[in-house]
Amino acid sequence: MAKAKPRVKVPKSAKAGEVITIKTLISHKMESGQRKDKAGKVIPRKIINKFTCEFNGTKVFGCDIDPAISANPYLEFTAKVPESGEFKFTWVDDDGSVYETGKKIEVK
Amino acid sequence: MNSTTLKWAGLLTAASVFAAGAAIAEPDNNTLVIDGQQLVTDVEAPKGSPLSRVYSGWRFRSPETQAFEMDDFENPAFPAVEQGEALWNTVEGEAGKSCATCHEDASETMKGVRASMPKWNEKLGKPHTLETQINACRTDNMKAEAWKWEAPNMLAMTAYVGLQSRGMPVSVKTDGPMQSWTDKGKELYYTRVGQLDMSCANCHEDNYGKMIRADHLSQGQINGFPTYRLKWGGLGSIHRRFSGCMKNIRATPYKRGSDEFIALELYLASRGAGLSVETPAVRN
Amino acid sequence: MKLDRRQVLGLTAGAAVLAVAGIRVNPASAAAEETKKQVMEFTGGKEPASGKITLKAPEIAENGNTVPISVSVESAMSGDDLVESVMILAEGNPNPDVATFHFTEMSGEASATTRMRLAKTQNVVAVAKMKDGSVYSDTRLVKVTIGGCGG
Repeated sequence: MAKAKPRVKVPKSAKAGEVITIKTLISHKMESGQRKDKAGKVIPRKIINKFTCEFNGTKVFGCDIDPAISANPYLEFTAKVPESGEFKFTWVDDDGSVYETGKKIEVK
Repeated sequence: MNSTTLKWAGLLTAASVFAAGAAIAEPDNNTLVIDGQQLVTDVEAPKGSPLSRVYSGWRFRSPETQAFEMDDFENPAFPAVEQGEALWNTVEGEAGKSCATCHEDASETMKGVRASMPKWNEKLGKPHTLETQINACRTDNMKAEAWKWEAPNMLAMTAYVGLQSRGMPVSVKTDGPMQSWTDKGKELYYTRVGQLDMSCANCHEDNYGKMIRADHLSQGQINGFPTYRLKWGGLGSIHRRFSGCMKNIRATPYKRGSDEFIALELYLASRGAGLSVETPAVRN
Repeated sequence: MKLDRRQVLGLTAGAAVLAVAGIRVNPASAAAEETKKQVMEFTGGKEPASGKITLKAPEIAENGNTVPISVSVESAMSGDDLVESVMILAEGNPNPDVATFHFTEMSGEASATTRMRLAKTQNVVAVAKMKDGSVYSDTRLVKVTIGGCGG
C-alpha cells in the first residue's frame, strides 16, 4: 500500500463524563531498520514514530512509537468527554509526513 | 546412500515431527462471532469425505489470533478491504469503466461469488478463480492491464469481493466439466512430493489437531482467503499459501495460477463445503 | 607446575566452553542491562515498585510479528493521582524500546492496547510514572514460537 490510511473508531455519542474507548489503526509497513534486502543491504528505517489524540484542542492521549510496534500500528485507549466536540488524531511518519483524521462525538 | 535409505530417512523425519505433539489434539470449542454475525467453523463433512467433520483454521489458532478476526476494526486486513472498495469505484482502462460501471453495488452483486469459486467458464475452457475472473473483467471489459496474482491491488480486490460472501457456506460445483479438475486436485492432494516425501494429506488429513513443532496443524481449509497472516504482515492468496506449504516439504512449488494450483484450490474448496466464508480471515 | 598433554587439552576445552558460554550469556544480560538503564532513565533513577500497574500479554505468542499487549494502571486520573506516562520495553529485542504512552486527565483511565514485535521469547516490561513521582512496574514473560508453517 502506497499511502498510509488512518482508521478510527469512536462512539457516535456518550454521556457527559463517560469514559469511552477509542480504537485507531493506520496502514503502514513500519520498516524497522533491522531487515536486509536480497543484496544484504539494510533496508532503512521508516516508521510512524508519534501519535496524538486531541479533543477540542486539548491533549487526550499520546504515544511515542519505536520500531518494535507491529506493521499497521494499532492503538486502543480511553477518553473522558465533557462536552460535544471533535477528536483530532495525528500520526507522524519518519519521512516527515503527517496523517490526520477527525471524528465528532455528541455528548447527551 | 541409495534412494531407499533416503526415503526411509524422510519418513523417519516426518514421523518424529508429529510424534512430539501427539498428546495435544483437536480444534478448540470457541465460537466465531464477527460484529454480531455467527459463522460456521465446524460442520459435518460433505458426502464421500475422508473426514467426519470439517473445521475452519480459525479453531486451531490461539485466543489472541482468533480475537483479531472477531472485530472488523481490529482485523488488520481491513485497510486493504477499504482499498479494494476504492478500486471497485475507480475508472481504469481504455473502455472508461470501473467495476461499479457494470456490477454497481458490490454488496448486492458480489454476494456469493467467493463461496462458489473456482467456477467453470465455458469461454475459457477451464475454471476461473476469483483472481482470473477479476483479470478477465479488467482486460476484456475495462481494457485495462491485468494485475499480478499477488499484487496489492489484486489482494485488496479479492478481499473486498470476498467479504461480500462472508458468512455464506462454501459451495463449489465439482461435477460436469469440473469433475476432471476435481479429480486432478484430489490426486495432487494425496501425492507425496519433495525431499520430505509428504503429501497435503500427511499433515492436514492424518495429523490435524496435533502440533508440528510449535504449530497447531489445521485441516488446511481455504474458506478465509485472501488471509491476513501475522507471519506475512499482510494479505496473501490461496496459491501463496500452497507455495509456502510446498517449500516446507522441500518441494518445488507450482506457479501461482497454474492448472495444478487451480485444481488443488477447487478440490480443497469442495473438502470445506459448508464452512462459512471468512474472508478476510486472520491467521498466524 | 608442569602440564601434561591431557591437562592442557582439558584446560583448552574448559576455556573454549567458557568462551562459548561467554558469547551466549553476554548479549542476553547486556539487553537486560540496557533495559534496566532505560527504566532508570525513565524513572529518574528510582527503583519501580510492584503493584498498581498490570501488563497483559499472551503467555505464548503464535507469531512474534504481532503480539497484542495491554497495560492498565490504577488511578483516579485527576489531581495528583494521575498517571503521566507508561513505558513499554522488550528485554530481548535488538532495541528494547517499544512505545511510551502519555496520559492526561482527559484520558479518563490509564489504559492502552497495542501490538508489538518480539524477536524471541523474552520479558516484556511496563513502567508507569505517576504525577506524584512514584513509579511502578510489571513484567510478563512471552514465549515466542517459530512463526507457523508455510513461507
